[in-house]
Amino acid sequence: MSDIILETRGLTKHYGGVHALEDANFTLRAGEHIAVVGDNGAGKSTFVRQITGVEQRTAGKVWFGGDEVIFSGPIAAREAGIETVFQNLALADDLDVPSNLFLGRELIKFNLGPFSILDHKTMRERTQQALTKTAVKIPNLSSAIRNMSGGQRQCVAIARSASFASKLIIMDEPTAALGVQETAQVENIIRGLKARGVPLILVSHNLRQVFDLVDRIVVFRRGRIVASLAKHETDGNDIVSYITGVKGSEAALEKPGLT
Amino acid sequence: MWGNDMRVAMNTAHRRQAPGEVNVLIGLIVIAIIFEALGWIQPAWRSDVAAQSFLLNKLRLSIIIGQVAITGIIAVGVTQVIITGGIDLSSGSVVGAAAMIAMSFAQASANARAVYPYLTDMPIIVPALVAVLCGALAGVVNGGLIAYTKIPPFIATLGMMVTARGIASWYTKGQPISFPTDEYTVFGSGMHPVMIFVALAALFHLVLRYTLYGRRTYAIGSNEEAARVSGINVERHLLLVYTIAGALAGIAALVLTSKNLTAQAGMGVMYELDAIAMAVIGGVSLSGGRGSIVGTVLGALIFGVITSGFTFLGIDAYYQQIIKGGIIVSAVVADVARQKRAARRA
Ligand SMILES: Nc1ncnc2c1ncn2[C@@H]1O[C@H](COP(=O)(O)OP(=O)(O)OP(=O)(O)O)[C@@H](O)[C@H]1O
Ligand SMILES: [Mg+2]
Repeated sequence: MSDIILETRGLTKHYGGVHALEDANFTLRAGEHIAVVGDNGAGKSTFVRQITGVEQRTAGKVWFGGDEVIFSGPIAAREAGIETVFQNLALADDLDVPSNLFLGRELIKFNLGPFSILDHKTMRERTQQALTKTAVKIPNLSSAIRNMSGGQRQCVAIARSASFASKLIIMDEPTAALGVQETAQVENIIRGLKARGVPLILVSHNLRQVFDLVDRIVVFRRGRIVASLAKHETDGNDIVSYITGVKGSEAALEKPGLT
Repeated sequence: MWGNDMRVAMNTAHRRQAPGEVNVLIGLIVIAIIFEALGWIQPAWRSDVAAQSFLLNKLRLSIIIGQVAITGIIAVGVTQVIITGGIDLSSGSVVGAAAMIAMSFAQASANARAVYPYLTDMPIIVPALVAVLCGALAGVVNGGLIAYTKIPPFIATLGMMVTARGIASWYTKGQPISFPTDEYTVFGSGMHPVMIFVALAALFHLVLRYTLYGRRTYAIGSNEEAARVSGINVERHLLLVYTIAGALAGIAALVLTSKNLTAQAGMGVMYELDAIAMAVIGGVSLSGGRGSIVGTVLGALIFGVITSGFTFLGIDAYYQQIIKGGIIVSAVVADVARQKRAARRA
């Protein structure tokens, strides 16, 4: 048995003429936390969308838990054990916390097809437990998400992915637009995941955070993976030079006069 | 850590507003009191009437409720459509078409001029089912177009508005259908329309609050993309919601023809707007995700009180239309303002 959780080979996504993701080879091992960094438009979110089945890839292969997978949609990915916090949050603003936590996987008291009776009570209790487990503090569970701060909303989204038993969690810029304290809270949740041995892919622009939290850093540039470095064999300047293309870009190396 | 939590808690408590329904209820009471006051002082400018109470009049109250019962049934469906972020402009025309087709199955054989003589003296279950099915069929077409071809709800249901009205006229080449069987009059007699309205409103209130159907309806209207990535089959659900709205329009047609003892191709004209107005006045947000059946029922009562109040004060029907239009626009403006406040807070 290999300990590889997720592997992609030649993963490619073109939007018409836009080569958003090109030939991505990526490996994640059991318990590993990997950061995905890169400039705006480098293809990080595109990479996440191909793995999670939100979009169908142009080419390439994905293995998850040892099996080759083609997810028909995000639900299929979730059922296989991949929980995702998307960059746009994917919360329903007018619903309360338990409704959001259980959105699309509601607990049911009495099965009547689409008219099944919801089990409000259990969902509420489980939400309370999930929030306690992830140390997220939300004052009023039954208030609509709309009335909460950006940080609280983000914590709900993260608690949702962290609380359902999963084999891999992907977070796309979970702390963008959060305050210092809220960021610290999210980072605590991530440390909790590490302690529990849940593997993580963290898309982030925050290098301080990346060096604090993860084991390995993968750099995207113009749709390609240009570096994959263990934390201890690199530093901030090194990563920045990969992000900006000073290092690692074959095109830059090949062009005469630039070497 | 504790200090922070306290602050967050207080912040949220401070921000929390009274639920929309409470505001609508207050609005209803205020409007009723205004009419009551005007009732007592109206001899000051009208010589033809005596001072009298607006509210303490059983007949008037039952007329108010009776008036809104039929459009209220439609509004129960329209509310669900609006909560998904859609709109249904076809319900009035669907009432017309369903009325004509259902009534043709309800004629008594004693009527020598029956439009379809071989369809006379059917048991009432037949026209009742026909009415509901006609409405549901129109809803299936609406919902199918909106969900699967991504035509905006406004356009799809506008098309159905014209088409269904055309079917209503074509069905008997414009001829009205009258003289139903005695049994058929059961749906519209006495307080039955009100009872049907209240029963349907209660049913769908429970369905929206306590079932998966309700949860999905709100989730789609709140954030369609989030609903989709969370695993909700958005298309299938929209189809179901529009079908239910259509079926409710069919039930409204049944009650209306049973009450009026006749069906005409022009029945139900503008009912869709009244139903939408009831929902909007009741606090259902046109941008989706927010509102409730309770709100719509209160909105329907406001609608009924205003209509009846204008008549009570002897205000000319023309002015009634103009003022009603103003009220509907104000309700939408208030909704948009709420929206903006919410967006600023987020
Ligand atoms: N649906 C789409 N259609 C066309 N082009 C797209 C689409 N989605 C993304 N792109 C393009 O693909 C490229 C990569 O986008 P992506 O969202 O993956 O970047 P990112 O690395 O996540 O950036 P950010 O840090 O800003 O989130 C960009 O040039 C973007 O404009
Ligand atoms: Mg991105």
